[in-house]
Amino acid sequence: MEDDAPVIYGLEFQARALTAQTAETDAIRFLVGTQSLKFDNQIHIIDFDDENNIINKNVLLHQAGEIWHIGASPADKAVLTTCYNKSESYCFLLSLSPFTASLFKSKWQLFFASDSRVVSCAAVWRMPSDWDTGNHESPDDSAHNPQTLELLCHLDDSAHGNAACVLWEPMGDGKRVISLADNHALLWDLQESSTQATVSSTATLEGKGQLKFTSGKWSPHHNCSQLATANDTAIRGWDLRTMSQIYCIENAHGQLVRDLDFNPNRQYYLASCGDDCKVKFWDVRNVQEPVKTLEEHSHWVWSVRYNHSHDQLVLTASSDSRLILSNMVSISSEPFGHLVDDDELSEGEDNHQDDKSKEPLKDSVVSTYEEHEDSVYAAEWSSADPWLFASLSYDGRLVINRVPRALKYRILL
Amino acid sequence: YEPGSAESLLSYWSELMMDGEAEGSVSADSGRKRRVHGMLKLYYGLNEEGKAPEQPESLDPCDINGPHFDPELYLNKLRRECSLAELMDQETCMVKQIRSLDSDMQTLVYENYNKFISATDTIRKMKNDFKKMEDEMDCLSTNMAAITEFSARISGTLQDQHVQITKLSGVHTLLRKLQFLFELPARLNKCLELQAYAQAVSSHRRARCVLQQYSHLPSFKGIQDDCHAIMDKLAQELRQKFRDGGSSAKDLSECVELLLQLDEPAEELCDKFLSHARSRLESDLQGLEAEISALPSPSSKTDILEFIDRGCNEFVSSLCLVITSYQELFINHMANGKLHTFVDDLATRYFSLVERRIQEEKGVGDNSLLVRALDRFHRRLQAVAKLLPGSAVPNQGTEIVIRAAMERVKQYLTALQSFYMDSLTDVRQALATPRLSVANAPNSLPELLSSLSASILNQIKSVLASVHLFTAKDITFSNKPYFKGEFCSQGVRESLVVSFIKFVCQSSRQFCESAGDKGGSTPPALLLLLSRLCLDYETSTISYILTLTDEQFLVQHHSPVTPVTTLCAEAREAAQKLLNHYVKVQGLIISQMLRKSVETRDWVNTIEPRNVRAVMKRVVEDTTSIDVQVGLLYEEGVRKAHSSDSSKRTFSVYSSSRQQARYAASYTPSAPMDTNLLSNIHKLFSERIDIFSSVEFNKVSVMTGIIKISLKTFLECVRLRTFGRYGLQQIQVDCHYLQMYLWRFVSDENLVHFLLDEIVGSSAHRCLDPAPMEQSVIEVICERG
Repeated sequence: MEDDAPVIYGLEFQARALTAQTAETDAIRFLVGTQSLKFDNQIHIIDFDDENNIINKNVLLHQAGEIWHIGASPADKAVLTTCYNKSESYCFLLSLSPFTASLFKSKWQLFFASDSRVVSCAAVWRMPSDWDTGNHESPDDSAHNPQTLELLCHLDDSAHGNAACVLWEPMGDGKRVISLADNHALLWDLQESSTQATVSSTATLEGKGQLKFTSGKWSPHHNCSQLATANDTAIRGWDLRTMSQIYCIENAHGQLVRDLDFNPNRQYYLASCGDDCKVKFWDVRNVQEPVKTLEEHSHWVWSVRYNHSHDQLVLTASSDSRLILSNMVSISSEPFGHLVDDDELSEGEDNHQDDKSKEPLKDSVVSTYEEHEDSVYAAEWSSADPWLFASLSYDGRLVINRVPRALKYRILL
Repeated sequence: YEPGSAESLLSYWSELMMDGEAEGSVSADSGRKRRVHGMLKLYYGLNEEGKAPEQPESLDPCDINGPHFDPELYLNKLRRECSLAELMDQETCMVKQIRSLDSDMQTLVYENYNKFISATDTIRKMKNDFKKMEDEMDCLSTNMAAITEFSARISGTLQDQHVQITKLSGVHTLLRKLQFLFELPARLNKCLELQAYAQAVSSHRRARCVLQQYSHLPSFKGIQDDCHAIMDKLAQELRQKFRDGGSSAKDLSECVELLLQLDEPAEELCDKFLSHARSRLESDLQGLEAEISALPSPSSKTDILEFIDRGCNEFVSSLCLVITSYQELFINHMANGKLHTFVDDLATRYFSLVERRIQEEKGVGDNSLLVRALDRFHRRLQAVAKLLPGSAVPNQGTEIVIRAAMERVKQYLTALQSFYMDSLTDVRQALATPRLSVANAPNSLPELLSSLSASILNQIKSVLASVHLFTAKDITFSNKPYFKGEFCSQGVRESLVVSFIKFVCQSSRQFCESAGDKGGSTPPALLLLLSRLCLDYETSTISYILTLTDEQFLVQHHSPVTPVTTLCAEAREAAQKLLNHYVKVQGLIISQMLRKSVETRDWVNTIEPRNVRAVMKRVVEDTTSIDVQVGLLYEEGVRKAHSSDSSKRTFSVYSSSRQQARYAASYTPSAPMDTNLLSNIHKLFSERIDIFSSVEFNKVSVMTGIIKISLKTFLECVRLRTFGRYGLQQIQVDCHYLQMYLWRFVSDENLVHFLLDEIVGSSAHRCLDPAPMEQSVIEVICERG
């Protein structure tokens, strides 16, 4: 049984931001945000036709700036958030906003007044309602006259610095988001069809030096009341009801922690990855030692993602240009494989099944994908097809792959 | 010829004559001689001719030599068959033969005549001699008859007196016996007074039967009663003495012996005897125990040899004595079962004491004392084995020795391990201190390595020597199969030497794992040193140590042992891991510098570059010092050929044409895939670079690894920033500077070029206002810096 070849799609700009369209459960659809300092940035809507192995793309303009992070609303297909960099020219403008002054406490403070500055912002956007109809009718037009995203509201609070990422409430109604900005975590309530955002509560990371959140993840467990964040080498857990820290894994990684993900089925299990080339799996009830450590990558690991339904499948993306799919059976919610029901067994179908259950299930690397030529900064599972995932490398190459069929059937059967 | 054989001589002679007659046809002299010999042989019945007479000779009457020769028949036959001439010939021939036979006969007769004469003389002489002898014999027989007659007469006269004497002597004996009996009570009393119990008992025993027999006579009855009374008293006294138990083992056994002779019940005596013996042995054991519990005060501490000596002299020898006396006394009465349980019971307690004492023997300094103590312990137990063949005691003793030996080996392993860790601490300190005095720092690394490995090797050797004592020839237990086989292979080789080597590898690996995340806790130089150490182990030391062990201990492997190759593989793996970790740590140190320098700067608003940034100089300096450090321990390694003028290589491709191409492509935004075409094509033809990959055991590979890690970090950090015009130019300057200095360290300079190109390319791409600096200006700045 041959596995389907990967499908590759090239963007014309460099890109780091990738997300599945979370609210879409029928079509396989990914959103990619580009990074370009010179030109209008775009959001590519990538539709993958599973049967014909064909990619359809639609482009929406994101004129605000280069996109560093993108998040799709879990409730409304058309709503998404981005974190973007905006470079502003302040030529000959010597007066500094208090925000800028607080940003650059370094010794170069004297030089920058004369030129320009770069700020990171976050915003909630709505895709135009007819983005895909337009595409079907005149494919050529869409390339030349892409439609523009409709701004719903800014998630900016100048007091709280540069936004690193925006997190939607998992499985929520699309009304609550968290943005991580410097050392603050802000919980926003979106009102009036997301056109208005108000900060409902904040948490601040206190400590020596300039602390800065690098990434975070909203836990889908405990009634969505927990958040995990990464700053430098530490991972912290927060209780959103009190906005207070509930656990802290100091030195979770030897170097910077780059990404986190919660096991969708085991509420205390958390995966993290970082610059020490490792992927670690934690039980947050015991933060002294990781439950498991993977060292398959030969450079920094930028992204780690649990499969939404089969949590033994873990996807990691690294700047060694590789994407690795691992089968972490031993710490998954089905450590003994697919549990066969008694009546199923009693049908006496199988010695064959017996054999299978006796086989020791070992953690292993399922596959290493080498289609990328540059650092892979993002990887995502499709929200519609649990056996399909996309990865995005810096040179703008998006690769769609499937879980090998042999493994798929082994998990299913 | 002897006279006695005259008769046979005669018969010989007659035969000889006959033979001479019959032998007509044979004329030759030699033939005759042979025939004479043949006749002699015939006389002695020796050879094949002896059979001849029994076989029927030729019955042919025409055979002239046959016994049934018939002259008539023969003549008729000749006449019938032969011609006249033949007959004539036959006749002459026969005449000739007859004539020669006649002459032969005459010669023989002549030759033997003299002998015949002398034989006749001898026979005559003999006849005379026999006559004389016959007379003398007659005389002798008459004399003998006279003597017999006299003797009969004498005995007849003495008969009466003899009977009387016999009777008298019988009476005398009886009287003596009676006297003994009468005196017996007094004698017994006296013996009792003098405490000569043995004598009393033996006297009584002699009299006992008689008294018993004649007890129906009143006088004897009285004596018997007296004796009984006295003996009862004596038995009482003996019992008392026995019960007191204070006397020595010898006295005790004597007591028991006497009591036994007095028909005391053996069972009871045996129990009592054993219980006495037990109390005495237990006091010995208590003495030993007191010694052990007194140990904590070091001043009164006796060494193990003294302890064992005391144990042997007191306990074991008493035990042996008990065994011997028991066997002498009770062997006829009782089975050995009681003795076995007794001995086993006490021996178990003794052994537990000995084991406790051995366990306290923790110091690994001097092994000989322990070995000698164990030897003595074992040797003395052999005596028990001889006395009590079926006993389990000696085996238990051997087991204790084996356990002690195994324990020892374990202790040595621990000592070796702690020694190793201590030496590592020393090395660590030595590595930390020379930083103050820079002068001798560079040399110290190989010196430290050699001194470390030498001291470890010496330690192993001395431990092996100590352990070797266990198998010395003069030690009794070294002949046990355990010490010949399992101790050498499993004990020494596996659990000491192999375990230590494994420990070295494992502890080295732990340096990579535990300290790995923070990087700072283990000095990188130590990692490098250990890596080299493990590599040396792999190449030579392991096989050397194992060969040494095998030779010293003459190991015969009955069970499978860890082969050298496995250990070598493990050592190599450890070396590899350490070196990889070293690369990682050093790479991270440089990476941190680069990352900080990129992250903390505002690249948008920076001034035009005038200098190479200080951090780049620091990077080059550090790289150079790492290069020196690695060079001290590892060989240079091979590098790909490089151009003679690598330092002068420009970034022109990037700063002008390639970047232009890239931006130019960006202006036509429609077509996917072709924007980064050039970059992609470039990547297509260059190999994928694994950043944190395994390195080879040489300097160039190590340096390549470190530089790869550093530059990749630089690249990733640059990609996260946004640059202004001057920011890009600063990066250009920095990269050129790195290019100038780093190419010489790596195996493939293209790698450095590629990564630096990527950095400059990425920063150009991340630049708001990409206006690259002129190459010539960059060169001037770099050369000035």
